[in-house]
Amino acid sequence: MARAISTRRKWIVTVIAWAIGLAIFFPVLWTILTSFKTEGEAIASPPSFLFFDWTLENYQTVQERSDYLRHFWNSVVLSLGSTLCGLIIAVPAAWSMAFVPGRFTKDILMWMLSTKMLPAVGVLMPIYLLCLNAGLLDTKVALIFVLMMINLPIIVWMLFTYFREIPGDILEAARMDGATMRSEIIHVLVPMAVPGIASTLLLNIILAWNEAFWTLNLTTVNAAPLTQFIASYSSPEGLFYAKLSAASTMAIAPILILGWFSQKQLVRGLTFGAVK
Amino acid sequence: MATTHTRAAAKIMMSPAVILLLGWMIVPLAMTIYFSTLSYSLYNPGDTPFVGWGNYQYFVTGPSFWPAMINTLWMVGGVLLITIIGGVLLALLLDQPFFGQGIVRILVIAPFFVMPTVSALVWKNMFMNPVNGLFAYIAKVFGFAPVDFLSEIPLLSIIIIVAWQWLPFATLILLTALQSLDTEQMEAAEMDGAPAVSKFFSIILPHLSRAITVVVLIQTIFLLGIFAEIFVTTNGGPGNATTNLTYLVYLEAIVGQDIGSGSAGGIIAVVLANIVAIFLMRMIGKNLDI
Repeated sequence: MARAISTRRKWIVTVIAWAIGLAIFFPVLWTILTSFKTEGEAIASPPSFLFFDWTLENYQTVQERSDYLRHFWNSVVLSLGSTLCGLIIAVPAAWSMAFVPGRFTKDILMWMLSTKMLPAVGVLMPIYLLCLNAGLLDTKVALIFVLMMINLPIIVWMLFTYFREIPGDILEAARMDGATMRSEIIHVLVPMAVPGIASTLLLNIILAWNEAFWTLNLTTVNAAPLTQFIASYSSPEGLFYAKLSAASTMAIAPILILGWFSQKQLVRGLTFGAVK
Repeated sequence: MATTHTRAAAKIMMSPAVILLLGWMIVPLAMTIYFSTLSYSLYNPGDTPFVGWGNYQYFVTGPSFWPAMINTLWMVGGVLLITIIGGVLLALLLDQPFFGQGIVRILVIAPFFVMPTVSALVWKNMFMNPVNGLFAYIAKVFGFAPVDFLSEIPLLSIIIIVAWQWLPFATLILLTALQSLDTEQMEAAEMDGAPAVSKFFSIILPHLSRAITVVVLIQTIFLLGIFAEIFVTTNGGPGNATTNLTYLVYLEAIVGQDIGSGSAGGIIAVVLANIVAIFLMRMIGKNLDI
């Protein structure tokens, strides 16, 4: 039915969609392109799009001048550390809520969600002072803890919704077949839970990597991750576009790639399952 | 099926998460409330007399409070307006069959993964800069005078930057909701020869209303806390033009080292966020069956 029209329509939609998609992506693309230009070409008028002398010099300068690798390492430690600690605490909790729901399970889940609604700025002073007095300002330990706490409700919720999807019948069937508790967990439960746990891990690494309020307020030098590293370019140094672009590209590349793998988790994790 | 034994085990497994979150919520919040009643400056830490509502009064009657509240509302409202309308249109577009759907989807989602400090700096310098920015170049090509975005229209500029970051989120959620639309109903409407506009208003939009509400509520929670974008672009200025509530508390507490008044501001932010949160929690709670 109406084949010809639908093919033409498909082409029109294709052109519009690509144009809009590229427009939205353009700031990212432009940053990546600029990172390979010389400073002169970065501010050239008219701007050069693809035909310029590609150079890796900016990447080298950024690393030498502001020690990208140290900040990168801090970002990795903070986001991985906070996510893993969160998982260790959240997996048993989500597990028991999903498989042994009690009278208060729903209330507990809703209450956990409510802690996520607490604006960071409402608890900034005490956390800042506690860190200051304990000598934990600008340390990774403090930040791992804070990042873990702000993401813990999301971790519990995501895991809970994944675990709920594991059918209880399968567990009972395994038990009927004479599986021991141990083999039930290792051979039946874990394989079914791994995708959910991996998704949760992925989304939380992204959230922790990009979190800026706490990292900007609680770190200066030693524990400073990439958010802080980039913020240092807000000084006149940011006017060196090629270097700013190289630094930016290096800060967003890992998470951009991870992010593309976790689109579905994004919907699930950030809406707490309210949109399916 | 659950025995007393497993119930007890479940409670033990749950307790670390519950205790930690309870502590995380109660301890700092109680401290903030306590600090908000003290005259407490880090420049003068030994002496912290009780002042009751004094800090609240000081914070609320300060010259920056109302501008900050109004800016907060503009930022939340402006970004919501752009992302919801844009998100619905984009979701409708991406839901159509076309070539390279997967790739375009990836392009559209990308801004959400760009860390806020990066997107703010890139927009500020490479696009909105009145001398070397791309927008200035485009304006010159068409014979217009370039706009100095962050000093002439600072609030709108921040709204544009933040909207760019949140448009993917709205699009993704709305697209997910759109894909769960009952195709039979659409086909029936098609058979009846319903025009696209009426299909949109009588079938699609009602179906999306729930997703739109969720997007509004979740984004509001995050948008009330916009910080990094202001921190690296305008520092709240010029004047108070881009100071929102979160940034004002930061200025009082961290820059001004006035813990008392910063705490009072923090509590006001908590109250504001809670008003939104109550609606959000109701929506999600309704959806949760245990």
